[in-house]
Amino acid sequence: MNQATRRPELICPAGTPAGLRTAVDAGAHAVYCGFRDETNARNFPGLNFDRKELRDGIAYAHEHDVKVLVALNTFMRAGAIDLWKRGIDDAVEAGADALILADIALIAHTRQAYPKQRLHLSVQAAAATPEAIAFYRDRFGIARIVLPRVLTVEEIARLAAAAAPCETEVFVFGGLCVMAEGRCLLSSYATGKSPNMTGVCSPPSHVDYREENGDLIASVGGFVVERFEKGDPAGYPTLCKGRYRANGSLSHLFEDPVSLNAVDLLQNLANVGVTAFKIEGRQRGRAYVATAVQAFRRAVDAMAAGEKIDVAELRALTEGQRDTTGAYKKAWR
Amino acid sequence: MSTTSRISLTLGPVLYNWPTDHWVDFYARIADEAPVDRVCVGEVVCSKRQTFRDDVMFRVAERLALGGKEVVYSTLALPTAKREVDAIRELVEANYLIEANDITAVHLLNGRPHIIGPFLNVYNEATLALHRSLGATRVCLPPELSLEAIRILAAGNDAVEVLAFGRAPLALSARCYHARVHAVHKDACQFVCENDADGLDVLTMDGKPFLSVNGIQTLGYVVTAATRQIGDLADAGVASLRLSPQSCDMIRVAKIFRNLADAHITEEEATEALAVVALPGPLSDGYLRGLPGVRHFDEVD
Repeated sequence: MNQATRRPELICPAGTPAGLRTAVDAGAHAVYCGFRDETNARNFPGLNFDRKELRDGIAYAHEHDVKVLVALNTFMRAGAIDLWKRGIDDAVEAGADALILADIALIAHTRQAYPKQRLHLSVQAAAATPEAIAFYRDRFGIARIVLPRVLTVEEIARLAAAAAPCETEVFVFGGLCVMAEGRCLLSSYATGKSPNMTGVCSPPSHVDYREENGDLIASVGGFVVERFEKGDPAGYPTLCKGRYRANGSLSHLFEDPVSLNAVDLLQNLANVGVTAFKIEGRQRGRAYVATAVQAFRRAVDAMAAGEKIDVAELRALTEGQRDTTGAYKKAWR
Repeated sequence: MSTTSRISLTLGPVLYNWPTDHWVDFYARIADEAPVDRVCVGEVVCSKRQTFRDDVMFRVAERLALGGKEVVYSTLALPTAKREVDAIRELVEANYLIEANDITAVHLLNGRPHIIGPFLNVYNEATLALHRSLGATRVCLPPELSLEAIRILAAGNDAVEVLAFGRAPLALSARCYHARVHAVHKDACQFVCENDADGLDVLTMDGKPFLSVNGIQTLGYVVTAATRQIGDLADAGVASLRLSPQSCDMIRVAKIFRNLADAHITEEEATEALAVVALPGPLSDGYLRGLPGVRHFDEVD
C-alpha cells in the first residue's frame, strides 16, 4: 500500500457510509470523510459519519486496499476544544490512515498524543508558500499538504519541489472556492455561520427561494444573490458566486457559478510532482461520485502506464455546466 | 507609559491603495495628533502597491516613532510569489517589530517576539497559547469572533487585541476584483483600486449595500464599531483595540475610542460621536453580539 508508486493517488469524497462504499467500488485510492459534527468543514445535515460508521467504513475500505483520511479541519471553538480532541482520539482508534487538520493547536496536540499518526494539512490552513509548508512539515511532521486553490501550476511546481519529502495534493474536480480557503468570512458575515467556526458555507438553513414574476430569486441570509429566469436551471446559491452590483454594473463579481475541472492540467500537475489529485464533493450524490471517480481513475491509470488520458471523457463530466481551471491558470486572476 | 489595566490603541495598517502622498500625510497627522499607542505600516493586501511605498515607508516610520508611537510592520496577508516572501524576509532580517499576517511570516520570525495580525486563524485558547509560545506578544483576533469567545481567549493574558473600528476584513483571493470589475487583467491593472479610498461598494441585485472590495480583498460594507462593548471587552481582559483606517477623520475616531476607554465619555456618547464622522457605512457590532457580521447596531437576528 505504501510503495513509492509514481502514479498520482486519487482522493475521493465520502460524504456518507454509502458514499464511501461507492467511492471505494469506483476505484478511489483513498477516500476522505468526517464526523457528524462541527469538527469538519462539510458539517451539513444528512452527511458524515458517527463513530461506528467510521469504523465500519474503514474496515470496508481497508478490505479493498483503499485508505481513509479523516478530516477534522475546522478551527476549534473557544472553550470547546475537547470536542476536537475526542474526534482525534476516535479517528485514530478507528484506524484512520491519515488525519486532515487545519488548526495549529490541534495539529500540535495530535502530534504529541500520537507521534506516529500520519497527518495531512487541510486546504483550510491555506499554506501557499515554501515557508508556510516548512512551518508545518518541520514543526509537526506533516506528511502531505493539500494546496490552496489560489495557486498557478507554476507556483504549484515550485511548492511541490520545496515541500519534499512532504507530499502535495491538489483539487482537480468539483466545487471551487474563489477565496483563499480557511480565510473567508463571507458566510458568517451574512448568516452567522462560517466554514472556520461551524464547518458550513452559505448553509441551507439560511438559503431562501421565492418567486417573482416567474423568476426564482435566491437569497442567503436575506441577501439576494441570484435571480434565475423562468426555465433556467436554479443552482445552489453561494455567496461568492452570486451576482452583485458594483461600479454601476451587475455581474458575477467574484466568480461565475462554475465548478473546477482541471482535466486539461492533470498531466502537468503530475509532471511537476503533485502526489495526489482530490475530487471535491462530499455533499454530492452517489451517482455523481461514482462517475467522477471512475473517470479520474482511468485517467490516473493511463498516466501511470504512460498512456494518453481520455480528456474527452473527463470533459464530458461537466457537460452542460460551466467549468474552469480556476487559479491554476494565471489568466483567471 | 501604559499601565497594565489601560487598554491600548493600535492603528491597523491602511488596507486601501491611497495615493502615496495622501498616505504619507495621513501618517504624519497620526504621528502628531492621534492618541494611539502603536501604528502598523506596510502593504497587507497587494504586493504591487508596495513599490510605491518602499521609498517612503521608512521615513513614515521614523516620523511615527518621533511622535511616540510604537511602529509595527504588517506583512502581506496572502504571499504566493517568491518576491513577496523575500520582501517579508527582508523586514524580518531588518529586526523590525513585525505583525505576521500569514504563517509564512511566523515561520520566518522563528520564535522572535512579534504580533499576530487578524488574518491568522486564532479561534481558541490553545491556538493563542501556541502562538504565544512561538513569540507572539500580541494577537489581533479574527473579526468573526463573538464577545463570548473573546472572553475565553482574553482570560489570563495581556496579549489579545480586538477589531474595534473599521470595515471588517472578510476574505482574500488570488483574483483581483477591482481589476475584474474594470475589465482589466490583474497584471495590467492600472491601479484602478486607487480611486476607492474605502474600497468599492458591492450591492445586492436589489440594491442593498452588502460588501466592499479592495483589490484581492473583500470587506464588509458596514463599519465595525465596538463602542457599546468597550466595558465588556475591558472586563474580559482585552489588552488593545484595533482601529482600522478608513478615509474618515481617523484622529477623531482615535480620540473617541481613547476617551471611551478612559471612561471620559459613555458608550452612547461615543456611538453618537462616531455617527457624525463621515463613515463609509452604518455602524455594526453583529459579530461581537454573536450574530451575522453584517448586523447594524440594534438590529436583531
